[in-house]
Amino acid sequence: MPTKIEKDSLTGTDTTGHEWDGLRELNTPLPKWWLYTFYACIAFGVVWMVIYPSLPGWKGTSGWVAREAVVADVAAAQARNAPMMARLREATPAQIIADPELRAFAIAGGRGAFANNCASCHGAGGQGAVGGFPSLADDDWIWGGSLEAIQHTIRHGIRANESDDQRQSIMPRFGADGLLTRAQIDDVAEHVLSLTNRATDQAAATRGAAIYAEQCVACHGDRGEGNREVGAPRLADQVWLYGSSKRDIVAMISNPRAGVMPAWQGRLDPAIVNMLTVYVHSLGGGE
Amino acid sequence: MSTIEAPQRAKADRPAVTPAADQPLYASRTKVYPKRVFGKVRSVKWAVLIACLALYYVVPWLRWDRGEGVPDQAVLVDIFNARIFFFWVELWPQEIYFLAGALILGAFALFAVSSLFGRLWCGFTCPQTVWTDLFMFVERWIQGDRNARMKLDQGPRDANYWTRKSLTHGVWVLIAAATGGAWVMYFNDAPTVTREILTGAASTQVYFFFALFAGFTYLLAGWAREQVCTYMCPWPRFQAAMLDENSLVVTYRDWRGEPRGKPRDDATGDCVDCFACVHVCPTGIDIRDGQQLECIGCGLCVDACDSVMGKLGRPKGLVAFETLKNLSASAAATAGMAPGAARQKAGMAARHLPRFIRPRTILYAGALTAVSVVMLGAFLLRSTLDVTVIRDRAPLFVRLSDGGIRNAYTVKIVNKTREEAPLALVLQAPQGFRMVVQDVEADAQGRPLLARRADGIAQYRVLVTVPGGQRVAESTPVTFRLLDAGGRAVASTSSTFAGPRP
Ligand code: SF4
Ligand code: SF4
Repeated sequence: MPTKIEKDSLTGTDTTGHEWDGLRELNTPLPKWWLYTFYACIAFGVVWMVIYPSLPGWKGTSGWVAREAVVADVAAAQARNAPMMARLREATPAQIIADPELRAFAIAGGRGAFANNCASCHGAGGQGAVGGFPSLADDDWIWGGSLEAIQHTIRHGIRANESDDQRQSIMPRFGADGLLTRAQIDDVAEHVLSLTNRATDQAAATRGAAIYAEQCVACHGDRGEGNREVGAPRLADQVWLYGSSKRDIVAMISNPRAGVMPAWQGRLDPAIVNMLTVYVHSLGGGE
Repeated sequence: MSTIEAPQRAKADRPAVTPAADQPLYASRTKVYPKRVFGKVRSVKWAVLIACLALYYVVPWLRWDRGEGVPDQAVLVDIFNARIFFFWVELWPQEIYFLAGALILGAFALFAVSSLFGRLWCGFTCPQTVWTDLFMFVERWIQGDRNARMKLDQGPRDANYWTRKSLTHGVWVLIAAATGGAWVMYFNDAPTVTREILTGAASTQVYFFFALFAGFTYLLAGWAREQVCTYMCPWPRFQAAMLDENSLVVTYRDWRGEPRGKPRDDATGDCVDCFACVHVCPTGIDIRDGQQLECIGCGLCVDACDSVMGKLGRPKGLVAFETLKNLSASAAATAGMAPGAARQKAGMAARHLPRFIRPRTILYAGALTAVSVVMLGAFLLRSTLDVTVIRDRAPLFVRLSDGGIRNAYTVKIVNKTREEAPLALVLQAPQGFRMVVQDVEADAQGRPLLARRADGIAQYRVLVTVPGGQRVAESTPVTFRLLDAGGRAVASTSSTFAGPRP
């Protein structure tokens, strides 16, 4: 309790009676408007709490919900993009690329759609991964790198069995089904390695060439150049979907693996498929 | 404020408004009725007021031809398009530091001026002072001077009272509206936004800020007035750090004025206790009490006292812009002297020119110069065309079918001008490196031509390839250059080319 309330000689103001080491506190009243502003703030707070959801279980009189606000925002954004999306839906990828505005929109949107749907297999930048996830950023295209080919692949998928137009390539199981002996497979593998000058056993490679000519040429071509019609990868290059060691190659001939990609037509808006097409095409420059 | 002790004067003999026991926790404001005053300082204040207001209201209407599709307003903060236009300068969001720099300059200038001349800012150019002064002028014009206003407030609430009051507030609201309107114009094209506001076609934001600024102008200049300076503004609280005993501040020469009393009494000093200085004070204080937080240094009390002294035939300057050092020098020189001409002479003779060059002013001036030089340098060196290159991180590099290595880059051309002529991109890298830019044309030499967007950012994906068989280091420096039609490099930036770990 304040004890010694006295008048300060310099200012003529009363002290509060508090004293600290000889320092005394002046009792200067706050201005009234300050008080009223404080009351106004309290009143504002009360009104706010009534109108908005402020306490657990209290929904507020306005019915405002954060989630609905977000939904409304998303809807507004979609409405804003709707004309652009309509144009993207109608245009062919080539037309999109020819129109700078459409192209910029498609690439920006494609980047997001890619991250959501494709990146889990093909990597964030389309770099792919050894083991069946093709890189989309290189110049090697199993099914073709033209806009149309990319669009087709995205639409119908690969071995997804969801569409009649799906990409489908089946390599025989030369080892598992007993089509070739273990030694023959070894020889063919040497031959495949020789296509990129990596064979270590020339004799085996020569033996393998004969078997290759019989069994593999139809799909992979004379000199291992591959065939996009049937999705047979090029063997005479440096890009290896399932690994480039002899072991990897032997394994692929014996019991081939075949990756599956879903058909996105029907799952994604055609406009988004077009965006993805343009975006994927831009990653490695397409063809 | 200084090491000099404040003149000891007995304030205690003023009666307490209420006894200590029932002193209220909250005090109502004592209304201040500043009296009209004439004089040198007042004239300067009028001139400054007119200049400030003219600047504020007129600047948004200045036009500046910028060409097609851009606002022709000389000073415009275009929030929607994220541009600041200032005559020939156009600032982008990443150059907002120029604004920060300008504010820092302003702060140092304020420090420097305060250390030399005290509260020049507060008393003459502060918007609160300027608009309050304007509102007081209207008040005086409609309700009369101090006495008339006091009488009006104490008198009956008759027709005269309500007419004058409503007229005053009406004019205040008009000024406030013009103020809020002018504020909005700094952010919108002035003629357009004026038409929109008047026709009800403006956006909610525009009306909101218009109302916000109009409302606060009315509230602060009409009602809050000196309370803004004493209760709300932080500046008076720490400006003491800038002032010292060599700063020019408004002071009462107590060595000359005291003891105050009747003009004919020989034993009294020059102050005749007429309260002229108190009545003109817009913050309602008595400058004879010494330096006070409430004093905004407007100098109106100087004019008031000077006119009293003039009428009495005594030398002016009883209240004056004076340094505290001189004040105490005079006080020391005249200590014990009887009032009169001799004391006045001795006091004035003891004064010295204020020391303008002092460590603190040198410091402030130095800081001011340093920041100015840096800002000016940054401004002159500021490029209107920038090229930035971001190398893809995922994948770091791509192996191509022939065994070659490819890196992808995103090249951005930031063009802060209206110039649109395309620029050729050239790559400076070791032999064998090849560059491809998607979907662009090439010039006669086969170099890709990149369009630059007028006042915008153009973005390109650039692929750089090293053919199979060529060895590449894990990291190779490369440089991208943009050449204009004449083959001159207008911008360049460097990056690296990533290869596999050897
Ligand atoms: S004391 Fe004098 S200078 Fe200070 S605010 Fe009042 S009139 Fe202005
Ligand atoms: S105006 Fe001058 S003479 Fe009158 S009270 Fe103030 S200081 Fe004294």
